[in-house]
Amino acid sequence: MSRLIHSLSFALLAVAASSSFAQSSLLNVSYDVSRDFYKDYNPLFQKHWKAKSGESVELKQSHAGSSKQVRAVADGLEADVVTMNQASDVDFLAEKGLVAKDYTKKFPNNASPYTSTMVFIVRKGNPKSLKDWPDLVKAGVQVILPHPKSTGNGRYSYLAAWGYALKQPGGNDKSAQDFVGKLLKNAPLFASGGRDATTTFMQRKIGDVLVSFESEAELIAKEFGKGEFDVVYPSLSILTEFPVAIVDKVVDKRATRKLAQEYLDYLWSKEGQEIAAQNYLRPRDAELLKKYAAQFPAIKTFTVDEVFGGWAKAYPAHFKDGGSFDQIYQSK
Amino acid sequence: MANAEPRWLRYTLTAIALAFLFLFLALPLLAVFAEAFAGGGSAFFAALADPEALSAIGLTLFIAIFVLPFNVAIGICAAWAIAKFDFRGKSLLITLIDLPFAVSPVVVGLVFLLIFGAQGLFGQWLSAHDIKIVFALPGMVLVTLFITFPFVARELIPLMQAQGKDEEEAAISLGATGWQMFLRVTLPNIKWGLLYGVILANARAMGEFGAVSVVSGHIRGQTNTLPLHVEILYNEYNAVGAFASASVLALLALVTLVAKTLVEWQMRRETEMLDTALLPEKVNQESGIPS
Repeated sequence: MSRLIHSLSFALLAVAASSSFAQSSLLNVSYDVSRDFYKDYNPLFQKHWKAKSGESVELKQSHAGSSKQVRAVADGLEADVVTMNQASDVDFLAEKGLVAKDYTKKFPNNASPYTSTMVFIVRKGNPKSLKDWPDLVKAGVQVILPHPKSTGNGRYSYLAAWGYALKQPGGNDKSAQDFVGKLLKNAPLFASGGRDATTTFMQRKIGDVLVSFESEAELIAKEFGKGEFDVVYPSLSILTEFPVAIVDKVVDKRATRKLAQEYLDYLWSKEGQEIAAQNYLRPRDAELLKKYAAQFPAIKTFTVDEVFGGWAKAYPAHFKDGGSFDQIYQSK
Repeated sequence: MANAEPRWLRYTLTAIALAFLFLFLALPLLAVFAEAFAGGGSAFFAALADPEALSAIGLTLFIAIFVLPFNVAIGICAAWAIAKFDFRGKSLLITLIDLPFAVSPVVVGLVFLLIFGAQGLFGQWLSAHDIKIVFALPGMVLVTLFITFPFVARELIPLMQAQGKDEEEAAISLGATGWQMFLRVTLPNIKWGLLYGVILANARAMGEFGAVSVVSGHIRGQTNTLPLHVEILYNEYNAVGAFASASVLALLALVTLVAKTLVEWQMRRETEMLDTALLPEKVNQESGIPS
């Protein structure tokens, strides 16, 4: 009996020891389709960190819908860093005091290591010859997009159309709202998320055009085949940014600030930027953007900051209850 | 056998029922396996050999096995109290046992967040003592326990009520201790019902999505169960991976189904044996011939 206790306590000690001497780890909480990128990036960073500090590091990933993810972080999911697809989600954490209020200034390029833009995915051969935003508001054209109120994807599509209308000669908020109103009228339904929109368009064959991220088009090609659709670049679209941030509260508690800082800094390295390009995300590095020019056609874009004064303003003005989206829907 | 309905009516009704069964049960199941093997057998096994998939399978089985003894112990206690004793608030207890059936799993998850989350009731205290409940294994076990709790008790209550307490009273009056009575009299009487409840609870534990999704945190290789893994892979446009994992869940469900059928069959056989054992005596008594 005493021997049993002895060996049991030894085992317990061993477990305790192994956990206290365990290699350092880092949890990256991210949105749901970023997995492909971080699957390539993480091994690269592990090598980099080992060369730099001589330590090995365990990198853990969590992926789900981005709004759900930041909620989880606020509720206690111990993320050292968050890598999101929309500033409004990180803003939420900044409001809660988990992330620095000026997180966009902590890293270059508005803290977004890579970008993408909203493009049109049309049926093969573009039978309705949809070339630009005005073609999408024509009668008889069916537009598929996720719900603008509840999904990041949908919000970007909405703001892209709004910004386009605003930038036309004589464009103002009224004409933009009319334009977006017509666009929404052409939507037979609102998909519940990016993936749902894709399934609706590709599998259920509903609609003439799907508005989606440029980077998403490649994922769609991977599953449904490249020849199944065409990608159309409108004359003007929105620059979608993917902000990253350190979760101060967690790194201070876990003493992982240095690691977290390096993990995010390294996203701007040549190696990190190249992985972004390989995953069809537009790198910030000008040289690499040139190198991959074939897959990133030049397109005129505007940012949420330029046209809408940032997400902190755009979000309540358009997507909160009583915002422009609700106004369009109530008048319908 | 005489039958009032015309033949065509019988055939139409049977055909409708079969078509419905095929369309809503067999076809989806076939579709899962068809999609899983869409990329060929090697892609299927590669998807399952993925360390994240293996960890999801392991975690799902671990949670299911871990909650099992709790379900058995608490289920027996609750059923015992309700079936064999009368006390004030008994109907309230029965209602409480049914609560997990009535509440939506997502709400269960959110409630646990409200209690144990960082902004929740005990959030400050837990974080100060460095105890992790939500977004870690304990939280996932707790919600699974909550969700699966009623199955064993619900199965045992009617069984124990039907059996009454005569046998237990006999055992006690013959000098058995409480523990002896439980092991030799009660347990053999309820064993098949208990097993049936455990199987149902187990199936639910492995398949649970909503509640676990809220408290999991979706950390790959750490807090990702099989159903969550399926959803994530699907959202990542990895159809083969998603359906390969889904087919494992479907297989677990089929195993459960077979086990359930075996238990049901065993239960029926025992009651039949009991009936036939009693029957001759009755017949003899009625005809007045001493046996």
